[in-house]
Amino acid sequence: MEIVTFKLALILYFAATIVGLIEIFKESKGLSRLILILAACGFVLHTLNIIIRYLAAGYLPITGMHQATSFFAWCIIVIFFIFAYRYKIGIIGAFILPIVFLLMLSSSTFPREIIPLPPVLQSYWFDIHIVLAFIGNAAFAIASGIGVMYLLQEHYLKRKRLSGLFQRLPNLQILDEINYRLITLGFPLLTLAIITGALWAESAWGAYWRWDPKEVWSLITWIIYALVLHLRITKGWRGKKAAIISIIGFLSILFTFFGVNLLLNSLHSFN
Amino acid sequence: MSILVLGLNHKTASVEIREKIAFSGNKLEDGIVRLRNLPEIDEIALLSTCNRVEIYASAKDTNNSSEIIKDFISNYHSIKREEFEKALYYFNNSDAIRHIFRVASSLDSMIIGEPQILGQLKDAFDFALNKKTTGVILNRLMKKAISTAKRVRTETRIAENAVSISFAAVELAKKIFKELSGKSFMLLGAGEMAELAARHLVTNGVKDVKVANRTYERGCELAKDFNGRAVRFEDFLKELVSTDIVICSTGASEYVLKKEHMYKIMKERRYSPVFLTDISVPRNLYPNINDLDNVYLYNIDDLQEVVDTNLLERKKEAEKAEKIIDEEVERFIKWTSSLNSVPLIISIRQKAETVKEEELEKFKHKFPDLDKEKLAAIEQLATAITNKLIHSPTVALKENSEDMELLAITVKKLYGLNGEEEGG
Repeated sequence: MEIVTFKLALILYFAATIVGLIEIFKESKGLSRLILILAACGFVLHTLNIIIRYLAAGYLPITGMHQATSFFAWCIIVIFFIFAYRYKIGIIGAFILPIVFLLMLSSSTFPREIIPLPPVLQSYWFDIHIVLAFIGNAAFAIASGIGVMYLLQEHYLKRKRLSGLFQRLPNLQILDEINYRLITLGFPLLTLAIITGALWAESAWGAYWRWDPKEVWSLITWIIYALVLHLRITKGWRGKKAAIISIIGFLSILFTFFGVNLLLNSLHSFN
Repeated sequence: MSILVLGLNHKTASVEIREKIAFSGNKLEDGIVRLRNLPEIDEIALLSTCNRVEIYASAKDTNNSSEIIKDFISNYHSIKREEFEKALYYFNNSDAIRHIFRVASSLDSMIIGEPQILGQLKDAFDFALNKKTTGVILNRLMKKAISTAKRVRTETRIAENAVSISFAAVELAKKIFKELSGKSFMLLGAGEMAELAARHLVTNGVKDVKVANRTYERGCELAKDFNGRAVRFEDFLKELVSTDIVICSTGASEYVLKKEHMYKIMKERRYSPVFLTDISVPRNLYPNINDLDNVYLYNIDDLQEVVDTNLLERKKEAEKAEKIIDEEVERFIKWTSSLNSVPLIISIRQKAETVKEEELEKFKHKFPDLDKEKLAAIEQLATAITNKLIHSPTVALKENSEDMELLAITVKKLYGLNGEEEGG
């Protein structure tokens, strides 16, 4: 049952991704709705999967690469739905679902056994730390998708290529606004995640900050987004520049998440 | 009972002929009543616009009726038949229905997808309805023409994109800015097309309007028109700092705005996006301004290209629209043939009734001393048998099947109804 829900969710996200790609590359109207429906079905099964794992394990299923990646994808979907609903821009799905699908796909490659929680992670601080970090990162993930949409639309307007996808993408101002909203949502969450992480590290390891690779990369990510906000407010860096930096920021998140866990030796490795 | 269309439009007739044939002013009412009173014509409606004059009619014999109508036009407008006959097109039955649906859906218009024609067609039919010159057929046809046009509009993108330069500018502005209402707009110089674009912007919500013209007085006049304010032409650079949309058409022979000016302005604006349209020839805004971040500069050729691609897009969409129209025409034909089946059903029933009566008479002659009770029972039996026998053909005829005409012919043959013409 657990594996069935996961696989079905993966398949539905895949279908949504394909429909999204068709919407981006082919002339077609009204595919956004289909993406939303497929994503919603996938989301229900995905949620079910997380609940089943929670009941089986007795703790929030956010440890281990398999669960962590899956939970990250889940957070992205939640925030995606909120923003797609709030701004009534369905085509966002075509740019977000590929991210969700790829995360789920990589999640499926990691070992999926439910193992007992190591004592060091048995703390409320840990749960809060992780959930804040994931929600914050999910907001940044969507900001990067919006950034890609902005860059495309900007490109079309500058080059005066005004048919096809240009017609289906929303206006620049709203894209910039959503990007800004997402970063102002993600940034305080990331900040809090780092603070709660430090507090928990103090109680678990006896030190707030140990220059662990994950900590360093989180700091780099934090600095990137702090810079986006700072430059926007002081220098009016908006639009294209903000879009580019938000994409770089998300790449940094991906490296923090996968690169550090898989390549570098870190206390934060989920296993 | 069939439908016919007789008419001419901008493609088939020159304006000289169109104006002679037009039913304008009083002629519309007078013309439609006279047309209705022509022999053989059951229902009539009349559309007369600057681009087309069309007569829609329902009649028994469409070919004959079209000749009658042609004579009428010739007499009524005192114009020889040879003069306009070549420009006329004539359709009947399914072609006529298709033509009306295409006209309503704006596939036959000079600019495909333009919305006015549907309104004009509605008015024409409302007028005919008021004058009581239409009936079941044309009223239904009009309803279907409107619903078909609406289907085309919602299911294709035939009317989606701007097909004039001034609208193209507004459309582009909407792809840069979320709402135009909070944006500041400056008209730099004045020209007919620039003014038109300005008007479109104002109707699309722009409230803050500035006019910078070489002659300040002319600028003041224009500003009044748009509920805006005039600024001195020399000050326009300063004003640009607080302006989001510019339409430029100064008639100057040199560039009035260069990249280095705009660079400074953008810095002062904190890189808030600007949409510049330069519709002057020679151009007034230096082309490389477009290289600056958050500046979108379009000249008249760029806008024309937008219009051209949009027109092409509409033609593509028109192909989808034709399919929708095919479907709707087929549905309408089914409906008309179901009308035809009503008299046929009646004649089957009549035939059955006569056969029954005749046979009962014969039976009574053979057995004159049968008692009343038994006779009544036999009569009941005969009624039951005839009813059962005509039940399934009646149902089949009511069902509007696809091959209605074939079915009708078969039924007539099987029941020996050939002598009886279906009426009404």
